[in-house]
Amino acid sequence: MSGGVDSAVAAARAVEAGHDVVGVHLALSRMPGTLRTGSRGCCTIEDSRDAWRACDVLGIPYYVWDFSERFKEDVVQDFIDEYAAGRTPNPCMRCNERIKFAALLEKAIALGFDAVCTGHYAKVIEDADGNRELHRAADWAKDQSYVLGVLTHEQLKHSMFPLADTPSKAEVRAEAERRGLSVANKPDSHDICFIPDGDTAGWLAEKIEMTTGDIVDETGAKVGEHPGANAFTVGQRRGLKLGTPAADGKPRFVLEIRPKENKVVVGPGALLAIDEIRGIKVSWAGLPITEVETGAEFDCYAQVRAHGDPVPATARMEPATDGTGASRLVVRLVSPLRGVAPGQTVVLYQGSRVLGQATIDTARSLQRAAL
Amino acid sequence: MPAYLDHAATTPLSGAALAALTRELARTGNPSSLHGSGRRARRAVEDAREVIAAAAGAHPSEVIFTSGGTESDNLAVKGMYWSRVAEDPKRRRILCSAVEHHAVLDTVEWLERHEGAEVAWLPVDSQGVLDLAVLEAELSRDPGSVALVTVMWANNEVGTIQPVRRVVELAHAAGVPVHSDAVQAFGSVPVHFKDSGLDAMSISGHKIGGPVGVGALLLGRSVKLTPVQHGGGQERDVRSGTLDTASIAAFAAAAEAVAATLPAEAARIAALRERLIEGVRERVPLAVLRGAPGGGRLPGNAHFTFPGCEGDSLLFLLDLAGIESSTGSACTAGVPRPSHVLLAMGLDEETARGAQRFSLGHASTEDDVDALLAALPEAYARARQAGMAGHESSIQTAGTAARQASRGT
Repeated sequence: MSGGVDSAVAAARAVEAGHDVVGVHLALSRMPGTLRTGSRGCCTIEDSRDAWRACDVLGIPYYVWDFSERFKEDVVQDFIDEYAAGRTPNPCMRCNERIKFAALLEKAIALGFDAVCTGHYAKVIEDADGNRELHRAADWAKDQSYVLGVLTHEQLKHSMFPLADTPSKAEVRAEAERRGLSVANKPDSHDICFIPDGDTAGWLAEKIEMTTGDIVDETGAKVGEHPGANAFTVGQRRGLKLGTPAADGKPRFVLEIRPKENKVVVGPGALLAIDEIRGIKVSWAGLPITEVETGAEFDCYAQVRAHGDPVPATARMEPATDGTGASRLVVRLVSPLRGVAPGQTVVLYQGSRVLGQATIDTARSLQRAAL
Repeated sequence: MPAYLDHAATTPLSGAALAALTRELARTGNPSSLHGSGRRARRAVEDAREVIAAAAGAHPSEVIFTSGGTESDNLAVKGMYWSRVAEDPKRRRILCSAVEHHAVLDTVEWLERHEGAEVAWLPVDSQGVLDLAVLEAELSRDPGSVALVTVMWANNEVGTIQPVRRVVELAHAAGVPVHSDAVQAFGSVPVHFKDSGLDAMSISGHKIGGPVGVGALLLGRSVKLTPVQHGGGQERDVRSGTLDTASIAAFAAAAEAVAATLPAEAARIAALRERLIEGVRERVPLAVLRGAPGGGRLPGNAHFTFPGCEGDSLLFLLDLAGIESSTGSACTAGVPRPSHVLLAMGLDEETARGAQRFSLGHASTEDDVDALLAALPEAYARARQAGMAGHESSIQTAGTAARQASRGT
């Protein structure tokens, strides 16, 4: 329980459904801040107290579990390493994969619990054989199935999302109010919890050694200099400070980051349109569909950001060619997507069902490849 | 009914205290008022003062009522420090044991940060007993620079009783006053303020069957103290604020009851405690008793570290089984931190995380101990399993799936 309204209502519903529920607040930092500032916050004393208060009202025990070491290694360090390697990671996804539905779940199971219940907006469906599928929440605007796309079948078997069928967030707030939960009107948290002021670039600049280098255009010609390639994100337009204007006078965007050469490649927006994605670290949210085993191509929708729109695509598994034994996921986007960066996660859907996900290794623009 | 094994945190209100509390709550009167109602309230407060003085081996005028142990500790440590510095600015050193309750520890640290105090943390041995040689050395280094010595009577986590008499002898020989936090000791073992020679001593109501929110500082008549809280000049002008007649009367009723039965109750509770310790050792041979053996610890205290598990996991599982215990230390955000007491006793962080304190008191029975012993083996096994949850998750995740695939399994 984060101390927010969603997890409080999720806990309330789980209690009402007759489960034995214990509230757990994750301590993700050894030095929790004193008080929340504005709407942001994670692991502050006030968030902890809010979660505790919700448990008091629900009449359930409350514990703080310290996963700060694991969090630092598996999420924060991973975030830094990925940026240092020129990729754009999703730390919430890593946290779901490795902390909430792994480290925490494992401890919970050892203590005799059956499942981790969270306030995520997503739905788990079980078929007659007890196999589970992950689906989008009823409210697509609030749907969080993307950040849960990384869950495996085993993790889904121990997951509960009581907010699945809630028509809207307003409904959740109203329910919290009705139940006497003081967090009913608490603002939503956003941004990355371990970067409380929201200044990701500034935060990274303190952790990653930045070296000035060249900004080049799509032809390889130098058009400017940057203070450190790792501070840039694919699709970024602002803050490039290019001395030489583009020949056509149109704005230029970051197309690619080359950490080894410490170069940032910029070019016209049209070259940001990605037609093909190759993904590694593939996982399936539940049992994989037949085509995954046969290697056949299948129709699906691909989504590359938590709140991005899904686009039609075809996908297939490609056997390993590099001797590692790890298969890759090849996704062809029927309508190209802008601003796809290596390190991001592509989640595949069929209808409301989440099929699985992969970490984007390469993102290819046909137009750029033809240059 | 759960088995309540957390008397060191707070105790159930005794019958006598409840009767006094409800009787006085129904009455009106400020003890400082001169009219009839005020006189009646004053009478109740002064009766209570005499009772508590008698129970603690002090003169009634040495009893300063406060809101509890924390306030008494703050008042004693800050008040003595300030008055000693005011008399002689050279006196900036505070000699403080490393195992104090946070009410003393944090007060001393605050004086260090904000008031120019220099702190010498006095070490303890593996049983938590103060190293008198270090105290002696610190005192003799430059006696004129020491503002005060503060050493608790008995530790709240591991129950170790400190050699308070020797501390006082050494300090007084050097002309230095001594404060002791006797919150855990008072009512549990014989505590005699006058005989101890202490200059100031903190006690609390709710640890002895009285209500929460009332305590006292026993303060020698010749000891000068700079007040922390200013106002109406109550309590020798040392602690202003309208006196809480009902709580004070209830505190006295509890103290009287405890004093009347102390030797017998202490023996009864110590016997229960031994039964608990033996039982735990029998059922969980890996458990290690912390603190001093036998008479070296508070009769009601049993403190163990359970290897391989986290204290709060064990606490949770015992709670589930109807046993109420404690890890021995708490933190504002609820984040479990290894105890500074155990670390001072030389334990490593890993071992210290497995701490569990069972504390018995006036309400404890054999059934409580038996309930713990019945629930403990399974709770320990489970907590250990949860604690073993190593770094590589046994849950299949996207990461483990990818690694397995690349290994060709």
